[in-house]
Amino acid sequence: MLDHIWVIPLVTFVSFWLIIAVGKRLPRGGSEIGVAALGLALVLSTVAAVQWVDQEKVPSHEPAATADAGHGAEAEAGHGAEAESEAGHGAEAEAGAEAGHGAEAEAHPAIRESVEHNYQWWSSSSFTVMVGTHVDGVTVALLFVVSLISFLVHIFSTNYMEGDKRFTHYFAFLSLFTTGMYVLVVSSTTLQMLFGWELMGLCSFALIGHWWEEKANTDAALKAFLTTRTGDVGLLVGITILFWIAGTFNIAEINEKALAGDLPQTALLVAAIALFAAVIGKSAQFPLHTWLPDAMAGPTPVSALIHAATMVVAGVYLVIRLYGVFWEAFDIGAGGVNLIAATGGFTILMAAALAFVQRDIKKVLAYSTISQLGYMVMALGVGAWTAALFHLFTHAFFKALLFLGSGSVSHAVHSFDMKKDMGGLRSHMPVTFWTFIIGSLALAGFFPFAGFWSKDEILLGAGSNGYEFFLVVGLVGAFMTTMYMTRCVYLTFFGEYRGHGHPHESPAPITVPLVVLSVFSVLVGLINSPWLFGGEWFGHTVENEVFELAGVPVHEFSPAYALVSTAVVVVAFAIGYVLWFRQKLPSGVTERSSIARAGYALLANKYYLDVLYTDIIVGNLKRGVAAGAYWFNRVVLDGIVNGVGTTARVVGDGVYRFVDRGLIDGAVNGSGITADASGGALRRLQTGRVQQYGIMLFLSAALLALGLVIFTS
Amino acid sequence: MLVNQFLLLGAALFCIGVYGVLARRNGVLVLMSIELILNSVNINLIALAGLHGNTAAVTGQVFALFVITVAAAEVGVGLAIVLLIYRNRRSVSLDDIDLMKG
Amino acid sequence: MVLQNAFFGMLAALAVVSALRVVTTRNVVHAALYLVMVLASVAALFVLLAAEFVAAVQILVYVGAIVVLFLFGVMLTRAQIGADLDLDNGQRGLAALVALVLGGTLTWALIDAFGDDKLPELSDADVAARGVRPVGDAIFSTYLVPFEVVSILLLAALIGAIVLARRD
Repeated sequence: MLDHIWVIPLVTFVSFWLIIAVGKRLPRGGSEIGVAALGLALVLSTVAAVQWVDQEKVPSHEPAATADAGHGAEAEAGHGAEAESEAGHGAEAEAGAEAGHGAEAEAHPAIRESVEHNYQWWSSSSFTVMVGTHVDGVTVALLFVVSLISFLVHIFSTNYMEGDKRFTHYFAFLSLFTTGMYVLVVSSTTLQMLFGWELMGLCSFALIGHWWEEKANTDAALKAFLTTRTGDVGLLVGITILFWIAGTFNIAEINEKALAGDLPQTALLVAAIALFAAVIGKSAQFPLHTWLPDAMAGPTPVSALIHAATMVVAGVYLVIRLYGVFWEAFDIGAGGVNLIAATGGFTILMAAALAFVQRDIKKVLAYSTISQLGYMVMALGVGAWTAALFHLFTHAFFKALLFLGSGSVSHAVHSFDMKKDMGGLRSHMPVTFWTFIIGSLALAGFFPFAGFWSKDEILLGAGSNGYEFFLVVGLVGAFMTTMYMTRCVYLTFFGEYRGHGHPHESPAPITVPLVVLSVFSVLVGLINSPWLFGGEWFGHTVENEVFELAGVPVHEFSPAYALVSTAVVVVAFAIGYVLWFRQKLPSGVTERSSIARAGYALLANKYYLDVLYTDIIVGNLKRGVAAGAYWFNRVVLDGIVNGVGTTARVVGDGVYRFVDRGLIDGAVNGSGITADASGGALRRLQTGRVQQYGIMLFLSAALLALGLVIFTS
Repeated sequence: MLVNQFLLLGAALFCIGVYGVLARRNGVLVLMSIELILNSVNINLIALAGLHGNTAAVTGQVFALFVITVAAAEVGVGLAIVLLIYRNRRSVSLDDIDLMKG
Repeated sequence: MVLQNAFFGMLAALAVVSALRVVTTRNVVHAALYLVMVLASVAALFVLLAAEFVAAVQILVYVGAIVVLFLFGVMLTRAQIGADLDLDNGQRGLAALVALVLGGTLTWALIDAFGDDKLPELSDADVAARGVRPVGDAIFSTYLVPFEVVSILLLAALIGAIVLARRD
């Protein structure tokens, strides 16, 4: 399977076309094909994962000056002799090359070698373009999680979207979207990643705007598409620069060259920043995060799949894949602060603050997603590569669970407004309630649910790699996460039911996926715990060549960190409980205090960023550019065209007057006049008198005779 | 006697005859000038012929005789023409005969 | 020898002067009479050159017939008797120029060509060999055809003149 991993995207791609071709005629509107295809894809992904795990580990190559990999100036980094490590016991980090901030670099165990197949796509005289697949631990992890979530979303949708007038169309796009994600994940070159990336952007647009009869939905779809597009410019620039300096599109080669120090630092930095711009757009980091809350206008299963588990993590995946580039460019090993960590950290706090003032349950979850994406990005920025990937993995499960749970709630009360239509639902919808609670605990990072393990690892990485500031940011974020989830849970499930309908539990196709996901949310964290499968099993499975080459430090589980983060969560829950469950929320604060009101207004208006983007930037650009274009059109282009016309006329006129009438007619007339005049002149010789002719004759003869005599004598 | 003296005399008469042809208005006078020219030719003939022996001299004389004869014929016809002109135009002034004027 | 040159000089002078008067006189009849002078002197020159027959024919034909013809012509065209102011056209200057150029050219060419060539002294036998009898023999033997042709020419001229000049 690892050698034929391309089958998986092919399955969903074929499913897309089949649904379009015959879906409408099938009894269940094409969803059978979709579900079957995803089921098959899930099975194949599992097989691939098993095969990967079964692979032999090979000794890793320990790069010299491991912990100093970030200090690229030393010639040793990347060029030095690589010490062979014994199988199973990786070499110790050199004593003299300790990571500068106190954390020990752990011994690197052997890793599994990735399986890569490349085929020549086209070649010209100057370069060759290859395409192919690249399978390693990251690939199979993501394949598994995407397949599972997509499969569960398909099942959920069969009930949730029942009676929708574009039911078939919806399933077709779900398949196509999954294809795009698969392509992104299995590709071996940046070009193919670009293809998958853009395909997902297209499907996201189509699916967000599924109910395009409402203008708000189309606006949201456009906003999503255009905002991510803004970042995609960076993707193109980054890929191009990397090709230019590394001479290849192949990701493995690019990483090798970057980590070996072969690439010029400035160009590499520019490429990394450009690629990170794409990440900001796609993974909804500040400042291009504004599209994600609006994207909640799409159907909830779509939100669960795309905006929780798969598409938004494409940006994070990009960084994970091309980590060599980022590690070198931003000197992540050095500690302190860098662009990635700063962006991620800021996003965590900014989004979490906004989650407090939302009435719509999906919007709370959307901001939560942004915040968690911020965690992943920050993790990559502080050098916690495995932690970022693991958080991606676990977050997919519990966030999808939360979204699907909100879908179940809305299915019952036909609304997403928490304050208005929900409340006290725990008695009406017990399954939904308990699964939602599990999801919230996982999100908050409560021991031993999934989120705890991944978030804890991020904090561990931040603290140990020299990014203490971001450790604090992460803890504050965890605090806020717990609090807003408490609020959300309270408003939805506790208190008095404020709506007008008769809410009841959702049918099986909706609740079964919830249960499945909640099981995962409980258990999946343990695969990276120190007690299971020999400790940090997930980490060891996914560590790949990039990880080794970069020398990303790995840290052991630290009980200290675990305790601190759990304490934070507990305290936050306690405060939240008091504020909301006990109704001790200070009421009327915004009426009494203008500062509070201003603060609330700032949050409610999402920091006025939308105003900035839509009205100020776009509006002025539109006005200015449009006016400018109109001016250019009128003055320059029309001027040129009219000028040409006028010039032609003037030239024609001039030609007519001077050339045609003056010169040519003049010549013609002139010749006539000349003939006439010369004739008239010569006519005077023709007197008709013989004697005059005689004179001329004799004179000429005399002169000729004279000449003859002179010349012959 | 130099041959040249006869020849130069001939040349002189010839030139005078040319002048007369070109400068006289009366048609009859033009014919007279033509006679002068013919006579100069005759002198040339006889003088030069005598330079080259007896047979040549005889030939020269014969030729001169023929010239005289032709001159006579020519004068006859010429005067007839002049008469005709006079009858038609009431004038023998050659200046008045310019029907070919351009 | 000297006598010959002296006679030549007189005759030449007479001829040239008379010729000049022919072309410059204002009286038509005088012109005809001056022409007679020219023709006579030319005849005399012919005698000087031992060409007696030609001299005789000159007098007979030229002076006797042609000049008479001229005089008839003058009469029939009512030429003014006495001075006629209107005898030269406006081309006198040019004509003189032409005559002079021509004369100059001829003179130079002749002097250049013949230089000092002398006419041979003639013995009596030569004179007899150039006399009437040999000329007559030549005309009717060697030059018979031209003689006949000239006869026809005269006939043609005669008929032509009659046709042209008759009144009808």
